[in-house]
Amino acid sequence: MKRLKLFVPLIIFIALGSLLLKGLELDPNEMPSALIDKSLPEFRLPSLENPEAMLGRKDLLGQVALVNVWATWCPSCRVEHPYLLQITEQEKIPIYGIDYKDVREDAQQWLRKLGNPYVANVFDEQGKLGIDLGVFGAPETYLIDQKGVIRYKHIGVVDDQVWLKHLKPLVEQLRAEASQG
Amino acid sequence: MKKKQNGTTWMSSGRLLSMVAGICLVLINPHAWAAIDTYDFADDETRERFHVLTTELRCPKCQNQNLADSNAPIAMDLRKEVYRLLSEGRSDREIKSYLVDRYGEYVLYQPAWSPQTWLLWAAPAILLICAFVVVIFIARRRARAAREISSDTPLSQQEQQRINQLLYTESQEKDKEN
Repeated sequence: MKRLKLFVPLIIFIALGSLLLKGLELDPNEMPSALIDKSLPEFRLPSLENPEAMLGRKDLLGQVALVNVWATWCPSCRVEHPYLLQITEQEKIPIYGIDYKDVREDAQQWLRKLGNPYVANVFDEQGKLGIDLGVFGAPETYLIDQKGVIRYKHIGVVDDQVWLKHLKPLVEQLRAEASQG
Repeated sequence: MKKKQNGTTWMSSGRLLSMVAGICLVLINPHAWAAIDTYDFADDETRERFHVLTTELRCPKCQNQNLADSNAPIAMDLRKEVYRLLSEGRSDREIKSYLVDRYGEYVLYQPAWSPQTWLLWAAPAILLICAFVVVIFIARRRARAAREISSDTPLSQQEQQRINQLLYTESQEKDKEN
């Protein structure tokens, strides 16, 4: 009994150490979105390409799709951009853009110069839709099903790892569900 | 002449002193440290509610700051949103739930009691109870040990012998030294 007691500090140390080690691996930016399994919020905002054309929630529905929040002021978006072009081409998944708190001319020029992976772009100048979506930075990417329910959210750059590990399996699952129902 | 000079130096040092005091006052005022926005409030009560809400709500981007302190663009937008909701006449509860619906329970520095948060809320009480139990345990054991020592149970014959022996050898050694 007395011998065992000597090990108490060691046991406490190991327990505390492993707890703190786990804490190091956690990414504080990886927060669960409050909108998972909720409907995409309603909005009515102009298109980036054409200020006269208004877009709404309905325009994004019908297919399993990605909704990508981006802006020209966001360096990570530039990193992400070629990958978005690649997945639209290879995976035939529609990507809708939300141009978040941006300057229209800059964004239009960005798309002309770097290519346009988006089916359509919502121009969210004030960031109002961003707040409704719980956006707190760019890039952020949502996966919606054909009914417009948000099924997944990724904060940060979408790359090969994120796509293959999280998004692609879910996209295939949702497509299978859609073809059954 | 000399007197006048003295007067002026005294005046300027006084001015310097009041300036330093003024700067100190600004620095110790928490509002002076907060991010600067200008909002007009209908009344002081609404202003106070705005301050309370923005200090109780957490900035989602800069995670260790509240909305009032943060300079992040998103915190600015959310302050604007809180202001808008306040001027629409929404209650504090409605404003909080508006933000929780979008950013999750996470934005509240004081989250509501729920299956996910009960441990967080109960932890201080649980730890306090644990501490009490440990303290009582240790105190009892000490009391028992003290009682055992002080109790005048007579020594066994063996113990008495040993004591005698020790005392004897000690006195002998002392004699030798002397």
